Amino acid sequence: MDEVATKPRDGLGHRLRTAASASQIDTRLLAMLGAVAAIWIFFQIASGGIFLSPRNIYNLSVQTSVTAILATGMVLIIVSRNIDLSVGSLLAFLGILGGFVQTELLPLEGTHSWWISMVVMVAVGCAAGGAQGWLIARFAIPAFVVTLGGLMFWRGAGWLFTKGRTVTPLDSTYSVVGGGSIGETWSWIVGLIGFGAITAITLWNRRRRKALDFGVKPMALDVAIIAAAGVLIAAFVMTMNAYTFPRSEAGRGIPVPVLILIVVACVMIYVANMTRFGRYIYGYGGNPEAAQLAGVNTRRVVIASFALIGGLTALGAMISTARLNAAPLSIGQLLELQVIAAAVIGGTSLSGGVGTIVGALIGAVLMQSLQNGMVLLGVQSAPQQMIMAGVLIFAVWFDVIYQKRRV
Amino acid sequence: MQMKPIVEMHNIYKRFGGIHAVEDMSLDLYPGEVVGLLGHNGAGKSTFIKMLSGAYQVDSGTIRIDGKEVQIENPSVAKELGIETIYQTLALADNLDTAANIFFGREILTRFGALDEPAMEHAAMKVMKRLNPQFRKFKDPVINLSGGQRQSVAIARALQFNARIIIMDEPTAALGPHETQMVSDLIRALKREGIAIVMISHDLHDVFDLSDRISVMKNGRHVWTGSTDETDKDEVLQMVILGKLPDGSYAPGIVSTEDA
Ligand SMILES: Nc1ncnc2c1ncn2[C@@H]1O[C@H](COP(=O)(O)OP(=O)(O)OP(=O)(O)O)[C@@H](O)[C@H]1O
Ligand SMILES: [Mg+2]
Repeated sequence: MDEVATKPRDGLGHRLRTAASASQIDTRLLAMLGAVAAIWIFFQIASGGIFLSPRNIYNLSVQTSVTAILATGMVLIIVSRNIDLSVGSLLAFLGILGGFVQTELLPLEGTHSWWISMVVMVAVGCAAGGAQGWLIARFAIPAFVVTLGGLMFWRGAGWLFTKGRTVTPLDSTYSVVGGGSIGETWSWIVGLIGFGAITAITLWNRRRRKALDFGVKPMALDVAIIAAAGVLIAAFVMTMNAYTFPRSEAGRGIPVPVLILIVVACVMIYVANMTRFGRYIYGYGGNPEAAQLAGVNTRRVVIASFALIGGLTALGAMISTARLNAAPLSIGQLLELQVIAAAVIGGTSLSGGVGTIVGALIGAVLMQSLQNGMVLLGVQSAPQQMIMAGVLIFAVWFDVIYQKRRV
Repeated sequence: MQMKPIVEMHNIYKRFGGIHAVEDMSLDLYPGEVVGLLGHNGAGKSTFIKMLSGAYQVDSGTIRIDGKEVQIENPSVAKELGIETIYQTLALADNLDTAANIFFGREILTRFGALDEPAMEHAAMKVMKRLNPQFRKFKDPVINLSGGQRQSVAIARALQFNARIIIMDEPTAALGPHETQMVSDLIRALKREGIAIVMISHDLHDVFDLSDRISVMKNGRHVWTGSTDETDKDEVLQMVILGKLPDGSYAPGIVSTEDA
């Protein structure tokens, strides 16, 4: 192991941190998970046991999915020193576009209408995001300005499409994306695949590091992490399966939006940590000049990052409109701020270079949990927003302190 | 020298807006030699070498590598030609760790196209051992490293990829005496391997110690180039500060420009 034994300084905090760094655990993530757990326990007690009921967890996870999907993209945008204010508007535009394609361009309830409209949405989403990225990278217009323009532009463009009329109803197959779930058996299969993947990756990493004579985490720790992941996965699947259809024994299983989120999260974690593109995003965010001098095509990286969040916005648009079975112009309002807040609460630094996908996911869960819990407790929406504001500021303050103490 | 030059930079011009950063500068570089490039602050040294490393494009002038004219359009082209650069600013991504910085832009990939972190870390340890045997902070982002350690990382990045030409813009500026000695030894070792080195430094002692030839710039212009044995520190200082040649005359274009 290449950690040097630092001289034991007094203080439990310091010793804990040393122990954590020796076992390569991210203390910040642990703290966030602790915060989420505390919030859940609080609401569980305050709501008299409703908050952690299968039904509410199911709803909470569906509510989180759109913000969380977009937050995974927003992390990469912010890490590379940009910002995207256009996601809410673009989501509305893409939703309307999808509705238009499947109900007016193609025959309503046609066999192929649902997937063609999805492909169109993703393609246009990537193109729209990429176009914004191109303006930013090619002409050095600040991302704040370009995407502020996007915020005004896309909703307007959505209006032009339908002259303000809400597209409804949507294709019934398409609606599954928002309201469907995959049933008990498939939920277990998904859970098992996830567990198998985590185990395989951990073991593969151990073997690879051992082969190169590197230190590895204590076996017991790896086993504990795998076991914990297994327990969490099983608990999640059981909860989703425990929420049954009305007047039926059949459990719903994992909701489709959450399944999409899981897939997106896995892909984005891989992209951020294991691909050149991800490495360039972080390196560029850390020092743009260094990236340029290293021969990185920084323009392409920026454009790709915006195209990526455009594509994710299309997924968000599918889920949101499918859930409503309608594509109104007002959908996704203020979503950009929620997504940015999730990323920031999750530890993404607005000065660039710092932020993780997992952190943003936890940030999204934390925010949505607060919102959901406050609704359960009957908190009005005005105080709700004020509390969310406090949480956002507190999270960033905590981060500043944390970064200072970590040196 | 009977050998053919590996680098020929001839009549190079570069301006930034109204500033003539480099005007009609030329320099040849032979395999296995160290050339010390000298000049006061703002003389145009960094700008000049950045046109060899691909960070800037020449306005006019020619660059030849192995006798063949090349257009070094970007840093990748330079690297493909075997030119590695240690920048004055080090150009490190502060948030990435040592291995990530060494391999930035040239990551090792697994068969499946993913980053091969263990392989990069392994190689990073090997190359850092040559420079800084006590170095242990491989897991830290380089912002947590000392100035000298950061400089070692920047140098390691140049060593990792079998360069034929290494450009060092003040490589020992942040180093203590011990590390400076290490870099000096390293430069001699690279030289023996036949690598050509341009070294920019304000430390005349180092320059006289290490370089075979010295080239002096002033106000973006070439003042003098010659063998280190033929000159001494006083003469070089006169050239750096006044642009005054050993024979008492001035290099072309030097007196005509406003002196700082
Ligand atoms: N990117 C740039 N834009 C505008 N002017 C520049 C740029 N880079 C350098 N210059 C100018 O060009 C001139 C030469 O600068 P350069 O950095 O090449 O000098 P130097 O010899 O490396 O100096 P030092 O010893 O201080 O590193 C200076 O007047 C500087 O202000
Ligand atoms: Mg310089």
